[in-house]
Amino acid sequence: MSKWENLNAGKWQDVIDVRDFIQNNYKPYLGNEAFLAGKSQKTTILWEKAEILIAEEIRKGIIGIDTETFSGIAHFKPGYLDKENEVVVGYQTDAPLKRIMNPYGGFRMVEASLDAYGFEMDEELKADFQEFRKTHNEGVFDAYTPKMRKARSVGLLTGLPDAYGRGRIIGDYRRIALYGIDRLITERKNDFATLANQAAVEEMIQLREEINEQLRALEAMKEMALSYGIDISQPAKTATDAVQYLYFGYLAAIKENNGAAMSLGRNTAFLDIYIERDLASGMITEEEAQEMIDQFVIKLRMARHLRTPDYNVLFAGDPTWVTEVIGGLGTDGRSMVTKTAYRFLHTLTNLGSAPEPNMTVLWSEELPESFKRYCAKMSIDTGALQYENDDLMRPIYGDDYGIACCVSAMQIGKQMQFFGARANLGKALLMAINEGYDEVKTDKSGHLIRMIDGIEKIEDGTLNYEEVLERFNQVMEYLAELYVNTMNTIHYMHDKYAYEAGQMALHDVFVHRFMAFGVAGISLVADSLSAIKYAKVTPIRNEAGITTDFAIEGEFPKYGNDDDRVDQLAVDVLEKFVAELKKHPTYRKSEHTLSVLTITSNVVYGKKTGATPDGRKKGEPFAPGANPMHGRDEKGALASLNSVAKLPYEGVCQDGISNTFSIVPAALGKESEVRYANLISILDGYFEQKAFHLNVNVMERAKLVDAMEHPEKYPTLTIRVSGYAVHFNRLTKEQQMEVIQRTFHEAM
Amino acid sequence: MMKGRVHSIETMGLLDGPGIRTIFFLQGCPLRCSYCHNPDTQQLAGGTEMMPSEVVQTAKRYLPYYRRSGGGITFSGGEPLLQGAFLLETLKLLKAEGIHTALDTSGFGHEMFFDEILELVDVVILDIKHFDRDEHRKLTGVKMKGRNPFLSRLAAYDGKIWIRHVMVPGLTDSKRSMDHLYQSIQFLAKKIEKIEILPYHKMGVEKYEALQMAYPLENVAEMDHEQAYVYQEMLREKLIRDQRRKVLTPAV
Repeated sequence: MSKWENLNAGKWQDVIDVRDFIQNNYKPYLGNEAFLAGKSQKTTILWEKAEILIAEEIRKGIIGIDTETFSGIAHFKPGYLDKENEVVVGYQTDAPLKRIMNPYGGFRMVEASLDAYGFEMDEELKADFQEFRKTHNEGVFDAYTPKMRKARSVGLLTGLPDAYGRGRIIGDYRRIALYGIDRLITERKNDFATLANQAAVEEMIQLREEINEQLRALEAMKEMALSYGIDISQPAKTATDAVQYLYFGYLAAIKENNGAAMSLGRNTAFLDIYIERDLASGMITEEEAQEMIDQFVIKLRMARHLRTPDYNVLFAGDPTWVTEVIGGLGTDGRSMVTKTAYRFLHTLTNLGSAPEPNMTVLWSEELPESFKRYCAKMSIDTGALQYENDDLMRPIYGDDYGIACCVSAMQIGKQMQFFGARANLGKALLMAINEGYDEVKTDKSGHLIRMIDGIEKIEDGTLNYEEVLERFNQVMEYLAELYVNTMNTIHYMHDKYAYEAGQMALHDVFVHRFMAFGVAGISLVADSLSAIKYAKVTPIRNEAGITTDFAIEGEFPKYGNDDDRVDQLAVDVLEKFVAELKKHPTYRKSEHTLSVLTITSNVVYGKKTGATPDGRKKGEPFAPGANPMHGRDEKGALASLNSVAKLPYEGVCQDGISNTFSIVPAALGKESEVRYANLISILDGYFEQKAFHLNVNVMERAKLVDAMEHPEKYPTLTIRVSGYAVHFNRLTKEQQMEVIQRTFHEAM
Repeated sequence: MMKGRVHSIETMGLLDGPGIRTIFFLQGCPLRCSYCHNPDTQQLAGGTEMMPSEVVQTAKRYLPYYRRSGGGITFSGGEPLLQGAFLLETLKLLKAEGIHTALDTSGFGHEMFFDEILELVDVVILDIKHFDRDEHRKLTGVKMKGRNPFLSRLAAYDGKIWIRHVMVPGLTDSKRSMDHLYQSIQFLAKKIEKIEILPYHKMGVEKYEALQMAYPLENVAEMDHEQAYVYQEMLREKLIRDQRRKVLTPAV
């Protein structure tokens, strides 16, 4: 078969435009899941071997590390688990689950990881690298100001990508399948040529250098694929090719980079075009179609990055955020659910539940009913899905956007983001009450650390709302400026020392950049302000005058009960903070966005933060993401959802608002079909109110308690935390406790 | 305007009436059922005061959920009929907004409101505590005939009825009891949409401790779920048989 046979023509043939190809060729599927096939014999054999290896990895902590090679697209020999049964090939190194050393983000991080697992880097490699190469991390610390370091050290700004890869970039991996690498090289060379007459100012010099980095990366992808005996220079001719080429694109990304979140994009409608074409011509059967997807997913489940144990405390369970968005509508109103959307979800049945890939359903009220039902069923059966509001995002991003990490939307191949972790708003509020001092940390000589100057002292006695708010606004103003400047520094250095050439080669030459800021602790800040406003809150201070606790008299409205008095306080804080961020110019003129997302780091934030005026004690966890504080949502699930739905997305929290919802099965209804119908109604009702995201866990708390005590009984128990899913057994004990303490909505 | 006493609100009720429902648990109950799992709703004093208009305002926040699921508002308790005037006033406002309404009751309350209330309620969830005079008194502390005024009005009621019964081991877990139970509601068979046998559970025990009340069923085991289900199916079969018949047997 020659390239592009039996495909509808369009402008996609003349210019790189994957969306146009999809819109001209995909077939919406309105039916149910009855057509799906079980797993093939090859898949059965391969997955059994993979599961054994994964179990061994969990036991040992790690399978292996290639200590003689650094990261790079074509840097490793081909690897197989069971060559005969692998329909889709390619691992990051020459053996499955063997991890890569990526020193470009930060060398110490690599050394610490090797050390933790008892490995040693090749001596010569180490000596050479340290002598001749500077890292992103070193660059950042050369340019950090003392205040930036201080904000980092007290935990006002945390999780910053200044020592490892930033991730959150999604290459348009489909381009390789649709066009072949050679066409992409030609196009990029043309891009370079058209820029030839532009003045060589800093921006242009940087871009030109990057284009040539990208061209080398494209060549390296070809070389890497050839080492597996596969030529990706030309377009994919079959569905098998399409899956394989696309995967090679993703594989190149995770061989070159170790970002926290390395997401996959939006691929099911794209692949469906090839699969349906081959099914129609009789080239493949449904079982073979499912086999491709199953095996693709097996590969995605085996992506790994080398991390330190500390990292695991922050982001538990070895997550990779291979986020794939499924469903949504086209801008023409047609459903983008295809049979391959079903096939992708069906891997959770064929291979069993797992956290990766991070399956994200783009929910629209107009999605086909049978698909909604299937999603609800899979959520209830596997707990592996998250939902995001397509009706909210489609007007902003169109119909070819994906999600990086958990909740960060971007047009595939046209937009990218500079990841910015998050600011601890709980701590910021305490600084407003403590004259700008950190409430927990002291310096080496035992002195208090003053993070922010010029915050006026608050007189003894009951806190006055206006006084606190005024100071809190001052803190936010200071923090926003510091945060933007810190991010600018980080991303300047990341581009300089750890540029993602392979992923950016799979973007348009001019991309739109977001700078994704984040906050943690919004619910406790809203509750604290509410307590100060509606009840009587008196700080308890130590001899140094720093708050150690708060005495609260009287009742106050709490976020999570659909009470505007407090919910509006949360909205006000977010609007204020994003407005402040937007006052400060960003690196590469990127667009400021903000997320309300913690992943599992809400536990660590809590540890580092003193008692807060809402009654939360020192060291206690924050609520995850935008969730209400544990157990404070007293009016049931929908009141809780309604509160979260009030946080504005567009223009305010446009990098996403994460909400995790746990309900016991019996509370959803008595029979399965009733449960599905109810879950669909909850999702429809929630998203109709412009809510952004929902993680759905349908399980008994008792099951989690039992799993804590008898992990061996629940090897695949998957739970959605904040924006991703994780094997419950891979959480730390503290994180497990926190998950168990969350509100589980029950029947009355 | 008159105010009602609301013990609590559950915004995601999926079991008490069709679809997704906001449940208002009203304060106060004339009964003292041995197995009551909400003893904190028994006293009329307590709870939060709400105006009928506030109830409607709250309900309206969940319209997107009702619309999609065919849900609405359920009044439970306590015994909602005990606050008849407030209930009636609130139902009028809800109906003016076109909101679906359900009433979860054991049928004890102020008779003068019954006719008007029933006109405004789409589903009555009727909790049959017992069907034997003496046993009823033992179980609930009140006379069974207290519910007759309400039951007799249900004969003319043109909404739907769900029947519920909490089955306690040693009290009503027998075929004979089920026959009695069925006889007591047979005259309503045409309107009955659902019959649910709820197995007795001990989830309310902590509340008794918190209220420093003695727990009357201390030594009674929880009801076996499967057994309760078997009885429920038995009743359903009877119901379906009756519903197929054109002429029903007269009220007992």
